[in-house]
Amino acid sequence: MSMVTDSLVVARRNLIRMTRIPEMILFGVIQPVMFVILFTYVFGGSMSVGGSTDPDVYKNFLMAGIFAQTVTFATAGAGAGIADDMQKGIIDRFRSLPMAQGAVLTGRTVADLVQTAITLFVLAVVALLVGWRTGSAEPTNAARVAAGFGLLLLLGYAFTWIGALIGLSVRTPEAATSGGLIWLFPVTFISNAFVDSDQMASWLQPIAEWNPFSATVQACRELFGNPGVSTSDAWPMQHPVWASLIYSILIIAVFRTLAVRKYRRAQ
Amino acid sequence: MAGAIHAEGLVKTFGDVRALDGVDLDVPEGTVLGLLGPNGAGKTTAVRVLTTLLRPDSGRAVVAGIDVLERPDEVRRSIGLSGQFAAVDEYLTGRENLQMVGRLYQMNARAAKARADELLERFNLADAADRTAKTYSGGMRRRLDLAAALVVSPPVMFMDEPTTGLDPRNRQALWEVIQELVAGGTTLLLTTQYLEEADHLAHDICVVDHGRVIARGTSDQLKAQTGGERVEVVVHERGTIPAAREVLARYGITGGGPGDITVEDHTRKLTVPVTGGARILAEVIRDLDAAGVEIDDIALRRPTLDDVFLSLTGHVAEQADEENGGDGSGPGKGRRPPGGKTADGRAESRKETVT
Repeated sequence: MSMVTDSLVVARRNLIRMTRIPEMILFGVIQPVMFVILFTYVFGGSMSVGGSTDPDVYKNFLMAGIFAQTVTFATAGAGAGIADDMQKGIIDRFRSLPMAQGAVLTGRTVADLVQTAITLFVLAVVALLVGWRTGSAEPTNAARVAAGFGLLLLLGYAFTWIGALIGLSVRTPEAATSGGLIWLFPVTFISNAFVDSDQMASWLQPIAEWNPFSATVQACRELFGNPGVSTSDAWPMQHPVWASLIYSILIIAVFRTLAVRKYRRAQ
Repeated sequence: MAGAIHAEGLVKTFGDVRALDGVDLDVPEGTVLGLLGPNGAGKTTAVRVLTTLLRPDSGRAVVAGIDVLERPDEVRRSIGLSGQFAAVDEYLTGRENLQMVGRLYQMNARAAKARADELLERFNLADAADRTAKTYSGGMRRRLDLAAALVVSPPVMFMDEPTTGLDPRNRQALWEVIQELVAGGTTLLLTTQYLEEADHLAHDICVVDHGRVIARGTSDQLKAQTGGERVEVVVHERGTIPAAREVLARYGITGGGPGDITVEDHTRKLTVPVTGGARILAEVIRDLDAAGVEIDDIALRRPTLDDVFLSLTGHVAEQADEENGGDGSGPGKGRRPPGGKTADGRAESRKETVT
């Protein structure tokens, strides 16, 4: 039994599906693009970042947050897809085959990663069009920017494993979609993604600063050379790249284990 | 033993529900066992246990000579499963579905492709091979699902209600495919709600209810217990009942003993157990005509699952009796006249009416 080939076979299946349901990619792209436009033009004028109320500063501050939020939304897609496969009996078929046990979920999450990468690429282009620039606050280089996108994809991949576990735990794809989204709102909003965490209620600040999501956003701002890098003393804010890496790997380790166990025992 | 299925004392509970309550099964190599029972009887649970999808709370099972609980991975290599819901990916083409399954049975890409082509041809899906399964009809999806289960020509096959929801033509077509398969030496465990289907396909039948096997035997043996076919006649005038009775007595399987014929006076209905099928209807009509008995309705009734239950356990009857205030046919009596369910509308007997 081969974990790698089986996973690739399943990933291929999910990618073929993606090309047959292009509207799924389309909506996946439209949503964050809408966020970019709304936040830039609706909130942009009234936000202050590090004392500056210049909309251009907020724009450059915002993008790392929108990118990070976008990759985490892949969670809902993975969950819904797996719940759908359960409901349709496809998971039963897979489980009755002599294939590697983790391959169905790994294939699914890898395919979702590809979709996330496509979405992120389109989004980055849109961000450039509305005026986002790397190195707008601090000098940076291509390698650092690429590293930032790498951390974003890793975070997205980690979150799809949470989605996989949700998908295996609920009865319908609809439940997986809403269950996959609900908790993302507090996670992405109680963070440094859209506003400086210094401006939050004092009891919320530590939550925002230790939020794994915030670590990736902070790391991206640093790597992209964008403004609004938090000067908080919290360890993840001081070492955001490491924090982001550790958090993502930890999430994968925990939720992959839980999801694969759940898959093996699925009824 | 390479193709046999053997299970002992399987128990599986979901909360308070004992889905399997000590099930023993034995399917000799190359034969077909029909697991017959109503919804919720435990048929699907049994299949899920035997195909490694579900661990039983207790009991043991051996499929194709391999212990299901100890070596599930090896069992998966020797079985094919065709589920109750056609488990194909509707956004993949027929060919892509079969190739994927082949690859996951650890065939290399070339072998998986060749096998997919072969199966598409055999299951009459070659023309639709490159269309997504979404565009397939119900019958085509079932065929594709079955083809997916046959990718490695497994020695043991499990089919969970393979024809549920299919129209008669597609059902017939699927039966032919299944018969071909069995002729090729495959051991098959098949679940069904239809007595007719079990009758048609299975060598042996196990009737299950509430997670227990309540009867087993060949379909002839079960039918003998159930009471088999019977002819029902509704005469036009009450006065002709004795004459009709005399005619029908000639056809009764017990040679016309007094207990053989059931008469419902108020509905002018006579029921007699017979053997010989539809052919007998014509003879009965001719004889009744010759005896000057005018009839309003005549039908050949075949035993249904309800009838099987009625005669095996009396338990469908019990429930109905409680609802209807009882008519003296308690649990102990069990056997009731096979036509007894028609009055309360529960019977789903197949009727072949000649007018």
